[in-house]
Formats: sequence, C-alpha cells, structure tokens
Amino acid sequence: MANARLSRRDFLKTSGSLVVAFSFGPLLETAGRAAMADGAALKAVSLDQVDSFLSIGVDGTVTCYSGKVDLGTGVRTALTQIVADELTVALDKVRLIEGDTLLTPDQGPTYGSLAIQVGGMQIRQAAATARAALMSEAAKRWQVAPGELTTADGAVRTKSGARRISFGELVGGKEFSLSLDTGAPLLDPAQYRFVGRSISRLDIPGKVSGEFTYMQDFRVPGMLHARVVRPLAIGAQLASVDESSVSGIPGLVKVVRDGNFLAVVARTEWGAIRAAQQLKASWSDWSGLPDESRLWEHVRATRIVKNDITSNVGRTEQALPRAAKRLSATYDFAIHTHGSIGPSCAVAEFRDGKLTSWSASQATHNLRKQLASMLSLPEDQVRAIYVEGAGCYGRNGHEDAAADAALLARAVGQPVRVQWMRADEHGWDPKGPPTLIDLEAGLDTAGRVVAWHSQFYVPAGAAGTVPLVTAQLASLPHETGMSPGNIINDTALPYAFPNVLTVAHRLADTPLRPSWIRTPGRMQNTFANEAFLDELAIAAKTDPFEFRVRYLDDPRGIELLKRLQAFAKWQGRTSSKHSGGDTVTGRGVAYVKYELYRTYVGAVATVEVNRTTGAIRVKHFAVVQDCGQIINPDGVKNQIEGNVLQTVSRTLKEQVTFDRSRVTSVDWASYPILTFPEIPDVDIALIDRPTEKPWGAGEPSAAVVPAAISNAVCDAVGVRLRSVPFLPQKVLAALKSV
Amino acid sequence: MKVTLTVNGRAADLDVDDPDMPLLYALRDGLALRGPRFGCGLAQCGACTVHVDGKAVRSCVYPLRSVGKGKVTTLEGLGTSAHPHPLQQAFIDEQAVQCGYCINGMIMQAKALLDSTPHPTEGEIKDALARNLCRCGTHLRIVRAVKRAARVA
Ligand code: FES
Ligand code: FES
Repeated sequence: MANARLSRRDFLKTSGSLVVAFSFGPLLETAGRAAMADGAALKAVSLDQVDSFLSIGVDGTVTCYSGKVDLGTGVRTALTQIVADELTVALDKVRLIEGDTLLTPDQGPTYGSLAIQVGGMQIRQAAATARAALMSEAAKRWQVAPGELTTADGAVRTKSGARRISFGELVGGKEFSLSLDTGAPLLDPAQYRFVGRSISRLDIPGKVSGEFTYMQDFRVPGMLHARVVRPLAIGAQLASVDESSVSGIPGLVKVVRDGNFLAVVARTEWGAIRAAQQLKASWSDWSGLPDESRLWEHVRATRIVKNDITSNVGRTEQALPRAAKRLSATYDFAIHTHGSIGPSCAVAEFRDGKLTSWSASQATHNLRKQLASMLSLPEDQVRAIYVEGAGCYGRNGHEDAAADAALLARAVGQPVRVQWMRADEHGWDPKGPPTLIDLEAGLDTAGRVVAWHSQFYVPAGAAGTVPLVTAQLASLPHETGMSPGNIINDTALPYAFPNVLTVAHRLADTPLRPSWIRTPGRMQNTFANEAFLDELAIAAKTDPFEFRVRYLDDPRGIELLKRLQAFAKWQGRTSSKHSGGDTVTGRGVAYVKYELYRTYVGAVATVEVNRTTGAIRVKHFAVVQDCGQIINPDGVKNQIEGNVLQTVSRTLKEQVTFDRSRVTSVDWASYPILTFPEIPDVDIALIDRPTEKPWGAGEPSAAVVPAAISNAVCDAVGVRLRSVPFLPQKVLAALKSV
Repeated sequence: MKVTLTVNGRAADLDVDDPDMPLLYALRDGLALRGPRFGCGLAQCGACTVHVDGKAVRSCVYPLRSVGKGKVTTLEGLGTSAHPHPLQQAFIDEQAVQCGYCINGMIMQAKALLDSTPHPTEGEIKDALARNLCRCGTHLRIVRAVKRAARVA
C-alpha cells in the first residue's frame, strides 16, 4: 500500500483508527503523499461541505477535521465536546485532526479567541447537518417520517425506541456529499451532555507522563538536525564564512548559505548546536535601530501613513475646550515578546519536488501559501501539518522555523529538523510593537464626562501574514508590509459619552518586525482607556464602579460589573485607609467588552506597593467573565488564570531591549517573567449563558489586567503609572514627583 | 565513544562523540525520551529537569561525563498515563496543564521537594519552583497539584 494511492473510500474507512493528538498517522502520511503526487484531493476541505469537517467510520468513530488547532489551550477537548454533543455520540468516539492543509478546511488562523466562537460553531453546524442527514437516511430506509426519529449514543432510533441503527451501519465509511446547512437545527442546549461541563482535558495524561508528542519531539526517518546562525545585527550582510572553523565537528553535513541566511546541518542535534556555536562568519555593521532610550520620541516622529477613525460621536473638538475641567495624559506599552517556553521548531521534507512541513504554526493554511511563495512552488505541492508545540500566544517563530526547515531540506535533499535556540526565539521572533497613546478628556462641573479624545500611535497593517525572516535573510519572495494584528480593536470605548473621537495613527514603520502577541492591541489599548477612565473617576470624585456603570447602556455589561463589585467585596477606594507605613495596599477595577461586541470581562486587582523599593506585588485578582455559552468551565477558568498571570508578568516586568543593531533581551535573565513566589491568587466567577452564542475566552481577560494594576497602584500610593512595564524605578520616580 | 547510562532503571548503551554533550540530548535524541524538554539550554527555565541519583538537575547543561554511574530518572520513570505516579495523578486531578511544555520540570522539581520535604507549606512549594518558568500561567494549578500530592502521599 505504501505507494498506491488510497481511494477516498479506503481513507475514510480507515481514518477512524487514528489516534487523537496525532495528525500525522502513518496511513495519512502515505495517503497524503500519494494524493499530493497525483494532484488529487484526498477529501473535501471547502468550508461549505460536511465532508470537510466530519467523517464517520464503519465502527461509528467520528473523525472531526478542524482548521483551528489546540495551542495548549484545551480547544481539542472543547471541540470534541461540541461534536460529541451535536452528533449525540460518546466523547471517546470522536477523533480530532487539526490544521493539516490536505485534510482540514481553512477556518482561518487560530488567533483572536475565535477557535470556539467561529471554528467550533462551523463544526457544530456541520455536525447538525450530518445528524439531520443521518435521520433522513434512516427515515428513507424504514419508510417513516423523519419527525418520528431521533438520535442517541451514535445511532438513529424511532422515538418509540422500536428500531435502531448505528451511524456506522448507516453511513460508515461513506461520504456525506452534502452541503453544510447553516439552517440545520441545533440541539436544545438542555440536551447537551458534555457542553457546559468541566470535562477533563484529553491531552493531560499524556503530557504529564512524557507520552505526548510535541512538535519538538517529532521525528521522521532519515532526518538531519539544523541550527540557524543569526546575523550579528538585524540588517547585517554576510561577508564571509570560514567553513574550516567547523570541519572538525563530527557528523557535520553541510554549511548552508543563501544570501544572509546561514545555517549548519548535522547528523546529530548536538553536532548542529556545536557547529552553529563554532562557525566563524563575518558580517557587515548595521545599526538601523533607534536609540532605545528615546523609543517614544522615535515612535512619535515616525511617519503616519493613515488615520483610522475608530469612533466619532458628537463634536469632540468643540466640546473639549469648553469643558469645566480638562485632563490629558500619555500612556505607553513597551515592545513585548511571546515568550513560549519551548522555542520554535519545525521539520520539513522534500519528496519528488513536493514539500511537507510539520510545525506548530497557528495558521498552516497561510503558512502553506508563504512556503510556496518563498520556494516558488505551486501551492498544491506544499502540505503544512500542525503538530502542537509549547503554548504560542500569537504569531511567534514557528512559521519562520518552518521556513528555515523547508529551505534547508531543499538544500540538503533530506528531511531536516530545525530547533530554534532560546536566543533565536527571544531575538528573532516577531514582536508586539510599541504602543503610544495620547488621551484627553473633559468633565463638566458636576463631574460628568463631556468629551473624550484618544490618539493611538501604532504600526500600519492588520492580521495578514508576517514576512518570513528566512525569506528576508535569503532574499527570497516575501511579503513587504507589516502584519501586527488587528491592533486597533478596543481603541473605541464601551462608554456612551456625548462626544468621543478615537483615532489610530498608523505608522509607516516600527523598530522590530511586528506581529500579534496575545490580546494584540486590545491589551495595550484597554490599558490606556481603563486607566485614564480611572483618572477621570478620581477627578470626578466618583467610585470607579459607579462611574463606569453610569456610562454603560448595555445590560450584560452592567450585570457583569455589579457581579464583580459583589464578588470582589468592593468597598470603594481604600487609599485613605492605608496611608503611612512602607507597604501600602490598594485596589483597582478595569472592564472590557472585547472588541465592543463580545466577551465581557471585569477584574479587581489588589496590590501592595513598597514605597521604599518601588516594588509592586500583585496579591489578588478577582475576575468575572461572561463569554456566552461556556463549553468547558474549567477550561475557561484555566485560560483566565493564565491570562491574569501572563499579563501581570507583562505589566510588572517585561520589555524587549535592544541596541542600535539587535535585540539584547535574548534569554530569561534579560527578559524576566513572573516566577512562583510572585504570583497572585486568582478568584473567578463565570456567568454562563447556555442559550447564547459561545464567545472567545483565550484572550479577553488579559485586556483588563494592566489597567486594574495601574488603578490599584494609584489607589495605594496616589501616583499614576502610565508606562508598562511598571518597573520599581518608574514607581520610585512617580512617587518622587508628587 | 560508548557510554552506558542507567535511565529509569535500565542500562542503555549510547554512541556519542562528545562526552561534554549535555545529558538532555542523550536522553531525547539517543533514547527518544520525551519527558525532558528543551526550553532554554541555559539552566534558566527548568523544562529539561531530570533526576540524577535522586537529585533534580538541569539536563540541558549537565555534561554526560558528569553522570558517570549515576542513576538517571526522567518523567517517564515516574509513571505512565495508564499508571501515573501520585504526583502525575495530582496534576491530572488539578488539570494543572495548559500547553504542558513546562510540566516535566514542574513535576521533577516537585518530586525532589516532596522526597526531602513530604509536607511542604505553600511558600516552600513556591520557593522550590522559583526557578521553573511557566509562560501559560498555570502556576496556581501547579501549586495546588503539588499540595494535593503531598496530601495523598
Ligand atoms: S532547558 Fe534546561 S533549564 Fe531551560
Ligand atoms: S503550561 Fe505552558 S509553559 Fe507551563
């Protein structure tokens, strides 16, 4: 069978035997290669076909093909719950294949908290269509009206229970050949057995025992190991390479040079690491980065290519000057990295001119396009397969590692594994760009907000595809624009002020290759909005909860804030009660309606500020979230805890540093993150709305964290922190200035 | 050169060309183990933690030649998904994983703690794990899992 092309039927028959979490079973491999070889599609992958999403094997096993992938967030389990419920099968009857361009539909990259909200709902609708089709197939067979039938436990049966036929007997191994029916009726949520319950994650037993295969563990026969040798400066030209410097390394296969792309390939991983360390290369000087100490002047001076007016209500420019009291402030949020604990890794193999790429890319369909374009291959000659890596939280280095591997596999004619080293990841992954925000607002004599004007200075571009650093170094075809993500989301406000003007000045450039980090833009923008709002509440001498609720005309938002107020046992501002002493406690609240149309989150932070050292300890976070229908409550809580801890880390500690030539924060010593002794406690209350749409949970709660901390610090010591990270020296400087 | 390592109670012969190669690569590439993970190669994150003679070490910087006759234990040596060690079971019970990439280090470091301090305080757990990094923010669950394991032990 190794070289024969599997028929679609054979493939579907056997696909039921695949193992969860392995999207690269040997059979699929063979089938996939054969299919690529003769250019035929192995199965439907278009978004409008049921077969693209689901197949049912003769044994009744349901295989679900998901374009959205599990980035370590629990999505695999949640999608399994959704499919099992909508098809009325047992959980262990469902197998999931993720992010394989040959097998799964292109449901868009796994970003933006959309895996369940969009991806899961497409799959749910496919399952509903399939369930209706199964019932009508049985109705035809039994010559009864479909209305007399129902499904349960993987079978269609008459409502009386007299007749029963399993899905496997009915359609096992066959295609549905059916368009996805967006009107196919969904089950009443009251009938769900798994959705809404904290089903244990399917991947955890394997992950705690060393049985799970991460991308970093993935191997193919005959595979070589490679390491990339990075330029000493980002824009440096490779002048010369002294190959004799590594000639003594056992197992060295090749030094590959392509423009400014330089790499070593060896038979062993350690050989590749040593060769990369020892290889002597000379690079030209390059010092095109701005002076880090003047980063914000640089951002402000960068050419604006366009202005996005993200909201415009009333006549802000007239109203502001007439306000009884005016406040203005500038906020900034440093350049951040993703910080995956496992650096990016990829394997690539060329066979008969066709490329197979395994990586932990959150966007295999886009990656396929990029790899095809970089190597001037037709797209259908490239197959990109997702294999889960370390948590990725955005567009990190995985796609670049995939491009490294592809280039090297072609250069040496054997499969190549590229593992980025820590300095590759910290130094060369694309970064969350610097964000600078000017805010101005006016209050009337009664302390009401009459006008709000904000200006965000952020790079141009949207989500798209981030240029591959490999292609840039090797001068191969690549995108030239910036793709920082949809970073102007949540620049506009959830509050109904009479005059509002929010503008994003889109910049022609930004110092380091940008991409979307977790909660891109929404985190930085909400920081400024919610902290400045707190400044206004203080100026208006109004409780921050009351101040927010006053301007909300959204019942779900108001309900959320009221829940939070009770849940956090909010008793108003505390600063006056804690004056004196070295360590002062304060509390602060922040709120977001994510992208102004979905998930609501509110949080209260409790902090301790040491007046002598300037150190902030975040002691506690209380979070209330409404993300509509909850698929897996513990999974959602896990995401919220993660968002809070990761964003506390970002807010207190993190910033990418650089000199004029390169990133200088290239390890965990120079880019420190939160450690165990520093973690806050987190209490979470979820508002479940089983009959509503499910909204995203992976990102929104990160958005409220920086402002809640800034507001709590101000409550504690009366100074306003407007520059992330809140390093002790900034706290001390702020304390000194009052 | 040939090196004999005792890993998880079994002797394994390995062909290596550099005795200074860190133990991590012998375990992952030579023995195809997947518990110990590459995270930084700099002894900064803990993802690669294994035990040598019961002591937690960072295998990414631990030269093969220093292992000598030492007995190496990896995550796989504790238990399997079918028969997990109580500490592994505690991580399952507390769902103390997001991506799970750091979890090898958390379990192996916690194992060393519990071996010497069977009933640690929360502060002792946090101090013992202070040099183990987790980016997903699973810390709270990890602490709960270690506490649970200490309770059931
Ligand atoms: S990989 Fe060894 S400490 Fe990070
Ligand atoms: S669970 Fe992902 S790094 Fe800890």
